[in-house]
Amino acid sequence: MIQYLSNNHEVVLAALRQHIYLALLPILIGFVVSLPIGYLGVRFPWFYHPLVNVCGVLYSIPSLALFVFLPVILGTKILAPANIVVALTIYTVALLSRTVADGLRAVDPIVTQSATAMGYRRTRRLLDVELPVALPVILAGLRVATVSNISLVSVGALIGIGGLGQLFTRGFQLFYLEPIIIGIILSVLLAGLADLIIVLIQRAVTPWARFQRGGGTA
Amino acid sequence: MNLSYLFDAAHWDLSAPGGFPQLILAHLGYVALALLIGTVIALPVGLWIGHTGRGSFIAINSGNAGRSLPTLGLLMLMVTLLGLGLTPVLIALTVLVIPPILTSAYAGMRSLDHRVVDAAKGMGMRPWQVLFKVEVPMALPVLMSGFRSAALQVVATATVAAAVGLSGLGRLLIDGLAVNDYSRVLAGAIVVAVLAVLLDLLLALVQRWIVSPGLSGRAQPRSRRATT
Repeated sequence: MIQYLSNNHEVVLAALRQHIYLALLPILIGFVVSLPIGYLGVRFPWFYHPLVNVCGVLYSIPSLALFVFLPVILGTKILAPANIVVALTIYTVALLSRTVADGLRAVDPIVTQSATAMGYRRTRRLLDVELPVALPVILAGLRVATVSNISLVSVGALIGIGGLGQLFTRGFQLFYLEPIIIGIILSVLLAGLADLIIVLIQRAVTPWARFQRGGGTA
Repeated sequence: MNLSYLFDAAHWDLSAPGGFPQLILAHLGYVALALLIGTVIALPVGLWIGHTGRGSFIAINSGNAGRSLPTLGLLMLMVTLLGLGLTPVLIALTVLVIPPILTSAYAGMRSLDHRVVDAAKGMGMRPWQVLFKVEVPMALPVLMSGFRSAALQVVATATVAAAVGLSGLGRLLIDGLAVNDYSRVLAGAIVVAVLAVLLDLLLALVQRWIVSPGLSGRAQPRSRRATT
């Protein structure tokens, strides 16, 4: 294992770099896109059920199919990393917009009513009251999306661009365990690290949560 | 968008090797086996952890740990270790379905109202009666939602079986890609997505059927229905 790493550290590092890029860019884009979509699901109640259903269907499309099929729709090259980024962004949006809607819906009406009574207009109430209160739920969804994105990137290796997944296909083709094991370990570590970072962010931005027990667990 | 492969009647012939019916059957076979094995392993463990409260650390963290394991890597590792065949595919898919079932069984048991369990004990129910007549039925809604998300995931992921030479709907994706036949890839993607939606609907019906009406709110008058 160490032997393999020292002989191939450049390949492994390049794969890791690509993996981080391919997994995290969709998270950022997806998060920004999901907030307004999820809000629409709360603002217009009739929109909630179609939103949940569409998200469910989008999430059930196999990643491999999406990776292969996006170039046909987008007109990109089959080996363009953009395909992976767009596909994972779709999954992120499918997962997060529902979580955002659920989080905002779960805000205690008493809280929103008090905010209204204190003179908050809709936009400020959303940004200053509802969003912060819904944040633990939204960030729990973000953790799920981040961790599953990181493990999904490797499927892209079947079409030639998959970060650490390339170590899997390489090991599989050469019938060689080391790259596969290194790929799995790095992928799991990366997911754990990203998860930890989000937990720390959550702690920093929701200081009130530490003073009450029995809040929702992820 | 070329749907010619999907709507070619020859591909829907029941006896055609590599036609949709056979691929769907193989695909559902992997899904059913993985769900069955996964449930047999994860359900008792999850119920036990939820019932006793011991080892909850495992139940809470297995969800995230399972998600972070790349299925493709695990599959290729298993194939490299065990050789080609059904076993490595089933191991990889079972590892995928265990965490959601385990976590939801635990969460379902934990979400119970303790007064109900106490009342059941007070009425003289034996521990196993409390478990199977009170706790499990009441945990069913949460448990089923975990089972449904496991089913959705495994339907989509079973396509990777084709990457190591097995059958299933992934064949359309892998083979279509290999010969640049996008019509075939599209057909595979659509059939898998439709299959996933149908399976989820079916499981929703099952859930409606097995969850007591007193729990799902269907037995209550409209005005008293819970708003959650």
